[in-house]
Amino acid sequence: MTDTATAETASAERLFEGADWDFPTLQRIHDACEEVALNELGLDVYPNQIEIITAEQMLDAYSSSGMPLFYKHWSFGKHFAHHEAFYRKGLRGLAYEIVINSSPCISYLMEENTATMQTLVIAHAAFGHNHFFKNNYLFRQWTDAQGILDYLDFAKSYVAQCEERYGRVAVEQTLDAAHALMSHGIDRYPGKKNLDLRAEEKRAGERRAHEESAFNDLWRTIPTGPIKSAELLNVERRRKLLGLPQENILYFLEKTAPRLQSWQREILRIVRHIAQYFYPQSQTKVMNEGTATYVHYRIMTRLHEQGRLTDGNFLEFLQSHTNVVFQPEFDDQRFSGFNPYALGFAMMQDIERIVTDPDDEDREWFPEIAGKGDVMGVLRDIWANYRDESFISQFLSPRLIRNLRLFHLHDDPADSEGILVDAIHDARGYRRIRRELARQYDVGYIDPNIEVVDVDLAGDRRLMLRHVVVKGAQLNETETRRVLQHLADLWTYDVSLVEVDTKDTVLKEYVLHPRAMAAAA
Amino acid sequence: MHIVDRRLNPGSKSLENRQRFLRRAKALVQGAVKKSSQDRDIKDVLEGGEVSIPLDGMNEPRFHREGGTRDMVLPGNKKFIEGDRLPRSGGGEGRGKASDPGEGDGEDAFRFVLSRDEFVDLFLDDLELPDLAKRKLADVESTSLSRAGYATSGSPANISVSRTVRLAMARRVALRRPRPETIAELEAEIAESEGARRDELMAQLEALQAKMRRIPFIDPIDIRYRRFENTPKPVAQAVMFCLMDVSGSMSEHMKDLAKRFYMLLYVFLTRRYKHVEIVFIRHTDRAEEVDEDTFFHGPASGGTMVSSALQAMHEIVRSRFRPDDWNIYAAQASDGDNSISDGAVTGRLLTEMILPVSQFFAYLEVGESNGSTFEMPDSSLWSLYQKLRAEGAPLSMRKVSDRSEIFPVFHDLFQRRAPQEKAAP
Repeated sequence: MTDTATAETASAERLFEGADWDFPTLQRIHDACEEVALNELGLDVYPNQIEIITAEQMLDAYSSSGMPLFYKHWSFGKHFAHHEAFYRKGLRGLAYEIVINSSPCISYLMEENTATMQTLVIAHAAFGHNHFFKNNYLFRQWTDAQGILDYLDFAKSYVAQCEERYGRVAVEQTLDAAHALMSHGIDRYPGKKNLDLRAEEKRAGERRAHEESAFNDLWRTIPTGPIKSAELLNVERRRKLLGLPQENILYFLEKTAPRLQSWQREILRIVRHIAQYFYPQSQTKVMNEGTATYVHYRIMTRLHEQGRLTDGNFLEFLQSHTNVVFQPEFDDQRFSGFNPYALGFAMMQDIERIVTDPDDEDREWFPEIAGKGDVMGVLRDIWANYRDESFISQFLSPRLIRNLRLFHLHDDPADSEGILVDAIHDARGYRRIRRELARQYDVGYIDPNIEVVDVDLAGDRRLMLRHVVVKGAQLNETETRRVLQHLADLWTYDVSLVEVDTKDTVLKEYVLHPRAMAAAA
Repeated sequence: MHIVDRRLNPGSKSLENRQRFLRRAKALVQGAVKKSSQDRDIKDVLEGGEVSIPLDGMNEPRFHREGGTRDMVLPGNKKFIEGDRLPRSGGGEGRGKASDPGEGDGEDAFRFVLSRDEFVDLFLDDLELPDLAKRKLADVESTSLSRAGYATSGSPANISVSRTVRLAMARRVALRRPRPETIAELEAEIAESEGARRDELMAQLEALQAKMRRIPFIDPIDIRYRRFENTPKPVAQAVMFCLMDVSGSMSEHMKDLAKRFYMLLYVFLTRRYKHVEIVFIRHTDRAEEVDEDTFFHGPASGGTMVSSALQAMHEIVRSRFRPDDWNIYAAQASDGDNSISDGAVTGRLLTEMILPVSQFFAYLEVGESNGSTFEMPDSSLWSLYQKLRAEGAPLSMRKVSDRSEIFPVFHDLFQRRAPQEKAAP
């Protein structure tokens, strides 16, 4: 008697039956997910906005890096044509969702998804990613979730206005050049804040007061170091004035390129801001997807336990979940590097295990979290304070290394014997493998280290760049020439780039001269 | 939470980006279109479809590194132990694609789909019909309003204010209508003066005011209206004659070549003219007008008399297509055989009857596929036409022996040239 009653209540609470959904269903799904996410997982999210789109609109969104509005540029058309061709041929499916780091947090859901898939996607994007966007330190530091959509709107209309006023060719050239330098238009460290006049005056006053109070004529007699030559002083002063060395090339151009029009500077600024906005996402792929996958897994399991999902729906979910977290092995045809979903999810689950059910090895490796008991507390802290590189280098456990059977290859072209297997999943290898894998996710290693080092102000105003070659990997010559050509066009004087190794030996030098730009006329 | 249904939003947000991309890639796409059309069937060519262009010209350069020593961590170790050496030869174990993270999908060529119109436009973009002088009005399909000066009558909506005011001003100046300023000055002076001087001034003022009343600021005769005229839009029409030798010596291959050429010409003409009619004339030693199917596939045998076809064409032109009203194009395909006695007649017919009324006459000599074009000996017809051309007849002639040559030859014939050059060399 009681049994039938519970069965009835359970089925009455079902979120949906079958595969169809409508807007009230979505609302119910969202509310159910929200209940689990906020009360049981303790997530902290931006308000959600869920948008239903068609496949074509999804393709549109792809070509403008997922953003709902973007300025116009041919390269987006190229990406669109590319995705479309692949999609039409059936070579590539479309994502189930796209989520945007904004407040309210916008998630795009495809209309073709079944009700189960919509539940999965809402749990994944609207709660998993959303929590990560709101709490991870990189996003908090570098992105402005409230302002991004307004800024993109501004960017779009500004570029359109420029096209009207200065001609499409000139704007296109500027954007082409800016896009080529986009990967070097990022601030990696928060710069020092410029003091305002009042604060500066106050500081000067304090310094004077200190000098007066500490005055002692004896100081005058103390010998100083060797006098710097005038030339050296000049160089130092110039480099300080220009803020050199500078690794944010776009910023440097925007502030100091001698012959750019003000609208060109603004366009460089727009491209730079957008690059900066996406910068945290490239550093947290594994964590971001790992978080979202872990969250959707927890929420879906809970909904199933509560009887809100039928067994059939839950099986449908498990099927797509396993597809998502599938990691082919290195000798598999499907292998193309690590799947961030798989690695991230595996690490999150592993942390859950360490926190709740550690063994001796875990206690030795992770004394601070092993057996702590509060899974969500530990995970929330990790999600807030790490990026891929630091996350892997601290939380990849020996057990996971064994499970994934990771191994480290060292390929030195100078070594004729072949590729060395440097470490495998054994006691001697754990730390090395963990360090190397973390390094694969370190932007400092992924992006070439190129800096503006000097400008020949007294001579031909040549802009000098320097690439510090790490592990013998030099720049691809044709591509580099093209990028430098764009750079020279913006700088409007010669540009040179030297590649030096860590011992300061010059390996290669490029010099490029500017072409006439339509905008210069 | 909000749910927004975006499905009804206008689609193709990327359309403009796509157009920008196409504009930028135009030269490349055009090259690709021509290349792909060479080995495709003409029908398929005109269906549009997928082309691929090299990504090189469209690339977006970035700084990226290559070479050097590399370290990588991979999953799925089965048998390696620390210190093993793996052979470096291509694609050995452990050398998956994984070695270059962030290299993209390794796209070497870029494929995308063009619509039929986009395709044909690009396909025929730099071609031009020679000698378009004779664009005759066939039937008036539509008219349009166009400005045609000014009129003294019309509807109030069409008043040309600037013209009216200009004329009014000219009239006021010519008739010496006093200006308001003059009157104001006079009145000021009156206010200051007195006695006889004042009376005199008063009289002057009255005269001026009377004159001002007589000569209005704007008179009905000043008013001008913008005039519009209905101009009929000319609709040019063309007729295309396909002449083909179907005697026994023409193989299927040769007919196929001819057919391709005709189709190209037809597509090209339909882009330039609203109405294009096609007349198929096939001939052996006598000519007949036939429908398309019979033209290409109907069996026929007999000797070869080119003059019969020209005679037939001439008669059809005379009876159905007045040269004043029609742009006449003719393309003749043959293997070059002609009976020796026929040469003189053919030459005379061509120079006296056909060429004077035609816009363009092309002769295509088709050969067997194995023979190279350059090795084909000059046939009797070829030598005859060459002689005519040397005498100044406006003829275009080419030899073709392989499918892939059709488009280049066609392109060559209709290439856009500087005005002084003749349509065909």
